[in-house]
Amino acid sequence: MAHIKLLNEELPGIVGLLNYRPETAKPLLELAETLLRGESTLTSGEREIIAASVSYWNQCHFCHTSHAAAAAAHLQSGLSIIDDIKAGLPQTNVSDKLRALLNIAHQVQRGGKHVTETDIAAAVELGATDQEIHDTVLIAAAFCMYNRYVDGLGTWAPVPNEAYEEMGQRMAHVGYGKA
Amino acid sequence: MPHITLSNEFPGIRSLFIYRPKTAAPLNALVQAMLHDPHPTLSAGERELIAAYVSRLNDCHYCSNIHGAIARHQLGDDAALMEQVFQNPETADISSKLRALLKIAAKVQKGGKNVTDEDVSLARSEGATDLEIHDTVLIAAAFCMYNRYVDGLATWQPHDDELYDKMGEQRAREGYLTPPFKVKREA
Repeated sequence: MAHIKLLNEELPGIVGLLNYRPETAKPLLELAETLLRGESTLTSGEREIIAASVSYWNQCHFCHTSHAAAAAAHLQSGLSIIDDIKAGLPQTNVSDKLRALLNIAHQVQRGGKHVTETDIAAAVELGATDQEIHDTVLIAAAFCMYNRYVDGLGTWAPVPNEAYEEMGQRMAHVGYGKA
Repeated sequence: MPHITLSNEFPGIRSLFIYRPKTAAPLNALVQAMLHDPHPTLSAGERELIAAYVSRLNDCHYCSNIHGAIARHQLGDDAALMEQVFQNPETADISSKLRALLKIAAKVQKGGKNVTDEDVSLARSEGATDLEIHDTVLIAAAFCMYNRYVDGLATWQPHDDELYDKMGEQRAREGYLTPPFKVKREA
């Protein structure tokens, strides 16, 4: 049971909250669409991995599983990537640059001031551009918001990974805030 | 030194908005909707106060100072009130409802799962509506984003009370969607 009376209690996670307050839903969805599906030199699959990893570190089951399922849809990796993200991606073939960006994202998750010049230099060394670093920090920061929003209002979430497969397909291929 | 190359004519999040207009648009629209647009029960000043308090808990100099200044301008220029809230909301001269909402905001700052049924019941017993509880959680969550964004890229954050007062006066009056004025960066 959510902490507040939602208009439609069947809608899980952030979906019920977006339905409850359309005035804030609009920019929240536009931000996700821009960050995860907008123009970028990082693929959408890579950006969804960052979003899902941060959500896992914040222990937000709904956000972690749904964004990992979106990554699976982009990368055609199968749903096993959901658990692989929890383990730090030992089974997934990702670039060293993405691993350096994930380190920056993890620092942001702990707090903005945790990001050091060494963390940045390591990513730059592996070819990360200013805009990739910017977007990584903003994706990580944004999921520190979405995760707190979803858990802070006590929304419900489906448990099994398989329950998120279709949602992930829609997030990946239709988009955020698109009918 | 910021971690990426940013304009040195605008401080804090404004330097990031100039750098990346595509993400600035929804980030600015969100803060406008949460803090400045008309609200059925919470004043803009009360909502700014929640934003400033969470930013202080996150130790974000730029955000706590600018939103503290905006709150002050909206709450009758009472500098002591904002300082009381920063020191301890329990003893600050604010309504018991706002005090209960700040308690929820502080829980969200540490992590969403920290908010308990008791925290929510307390706010309700002090007269908080569902919309007020929703908006408090979202404001607190959003400032855990803005604060991390501003600090995570090591933006320039002036230490100049007069400057924050001037910027805060503009935002208190105009909201978030008007252009910022340029600031001369100290050497």
